[in-house]
Amino acid sequence: MTEALLTLSGVHTHIGRYHILHGVDFDVPRGRTTMLLGRNGAGKTTTLRTIMGLWPASQGSIHFDGARIDKAATPDIATSGVAYVPETMAIFSDLTVKENLVLAARAGAPDERRLEWMFGFFPALRKFWLSRAGTLSGGQKQMLSIARAIVEERKLLLIDEPTKGLAPAIVSALIECLKEIARSGATILLVEQNFRVAQDVGDLVHVMDSGRIVHSGAMADLAADDSLQKRLLGLSLDSHQ
Amino acid sequence: MSAIDTGAALPQQKTDYIPVLLPIALALLAFPLVGSFSTWTTLTLAGLAMGMMIFAMASGLTLVFGLMDVMNFGHGAFVAVGAYVAVVAFAPMGALMQSPSLAANLMALIPAMLLAMIVTGVAGYVFERLLVRPVYGQHLKQILITMGGLIVIEQLLYATFGPQLNPLPLPAALRGSIPLGAAAIEKYRLLAVVVGLIVFLALQFTLTRTKLGLLIRAGVENGEMVEALGYRIRRLFIGVFMAGSALAGLGGLMWALYREQAHASIGGEMMVTTFIVIIIGGLGSVGGCFIGSILLALLANYAGFLAPKVALISNIALMVAVLLWRPRGLYPVTSR
Ligand SMILES: Nc1ncnc2c1ncn2[C@@H]1O[C@H](COP(=O)(O)OP(=O)(O)O)[C@@H](O)[C@H]1O
Ligand SMILES: [Mg+2]
Repeated sequence: MTEALLTLSGVHTHIGRYHILHGVDFDVPRGRTTMLLGRNGAGKTTTLRTIMGLWPASQGSIHFDGARIDKAATPDIATSGVAYVPETMAIFSDLTVKENLVLAARAGAPDERRLEWMFGFFPALRKFWLSRAGTLSGGQKQMLSIARAIVEERKLLLIDEPTKGLAPAIVSALIECLKEIARSGATILLVEQNFRVAQDVGDLVHVMDSGRIVHSGAMADLAADDSLQKRLLGLSLDSHQ
Repeated sequence: MSAIDTGAALPQQKTDYIPVLLPIALALLAFPLVGSFSTWTTLTLAGLAMGMMIFAMASGLTLVFGLMDVMNFGHGAFVAVGAYVAVVAFAPMGALMQSPSLAANLMALIPAMLLAMIVTGVAGYVFERLLVRPVYGQHLKQILITMGGLIVIEQLLYATFGPQLNPLPLPAALRGSIPLGAAAIEKYRLLAVVVGLIVFLALQFTLTRTKLGLLIRAGVENGEMVEALGYRIRRLFIGVFMAGSALAGLGGLMWALYREQAHASIGGEMMVTTFIVIIIGGLGSVGGCFIGSILLALLANYAGFLAPKVALISNIALMVAVLLWRPRGLYPVTSR
């Protein structure tokens, strides 16, 4: 087993005067898909934002690919190889699909072969290539937001609830896309409310509650243990099964 | 995996052209009221020229607000500085300015414009570092300190150039007008329209065709995401601040020549006008700012002719009317 790509140790985060993260510890190993699960308000989004430098960690340390990044500025964290797909998608709605991807590709024009690969599982992006991103449907916006994160190869993808609010058919398609991205060798830290999705794409899992990690292990083990699921994630899971 | 297209809505949002039609509608509406074709032509051209100059002054302000949420009440200072650069720059170029040849006039005018832009661009850099940067994210402090900056710069201009009006005669070849049928087209107004159009087209080109421009527009919509993609929004911002200051300086020079006089009070006057214009346009929208500028200037000219008393409140009345119709301006920026 190689060393972890990302390590959080004792991370605390304050938002204004609220103490949100209370010492978060976990690892994200290279080349795997790690799930971050937990009830609404557990602190998953805050954790991703803290990794990204969008909230400052008030205590603890974050190491990424051998370097300490918890005091680094967001653009530096991004250029060191972390890509972020926020819960809000945050596509630039006034720009076209193409222009969104042009900005995401820092090394120059987006690579043709990589675009073809992406169009393979996000065909709508080719279809609406020159349309304003604001005119896309919710699912298409999510595709664009993920496409922005993978338009160039990045070391780590942080993806926050990509299936939220999407129709079941689109969710299934999105799962296939995420698997395809994982097969390409990407390291993914994925926040997800939908347990079916988590079970399907996750290799490892960390469960959060009230700003702490309360369980870490293999996704398959959690998937097989109904009572553990119930204890960690509550009854809300049944509705997803 | 074409399932992803399932339920995909076809793009239905179209570009919104209604605001573009407003200045045209206003001009058409004014025509029967004004009555005479030659007067209407004169007023319309005066309005367009004024609108273009106001746009040059206001365009930077709207981007500065859009990008960093900064309320810069000191923006008018750069307008005033631009006007005084004209006073200083034209002084040694009397011969070129008085020459009846347009080419000679432009040889004085163009370097003066460039100088005004350089001086105000650099002044913008200093202003941003000294006054704006320490109060990022604090609106009340921004308003107070940038307004303070405006007062200080105005007083410095009074101290240097005296409190009197500084006459600024137009270059010889740009005085008077060209007859066009029954109407007369003032030459300088034509020049102002041309310069304003060049500024607008250059801005549009930058914002829609260059990566820098795309970053600026993306930053106006969601600065945090631009940073998460690996770009430094503050570096982008200071560039925009300097460019906006330079355009304000250019507008100030043009405006002073239009009035044929320079005075430091132009800064405070234009501060109010430019704020009205960017609010009408939708904070952060360059296209909205352009239309707002032209609407405001056309209305001021028609009202000045038809009902001089109404003209005193036409700016505010226009703002109120637009905001009643579209509370966030003609072209609201999406995430605001
Ligand atoms: N901007 C904010 N200001 C104050 N509290 C916040 C803010 N964002 C999140 N919180 C609080 O932090 C906690 C964790 O939120 P979040 O990380 O969004 O949870 P999750 O993504 O797991 O649903 C919640 O209690 C939420 O109310
Ligand atoms: Mg969340």
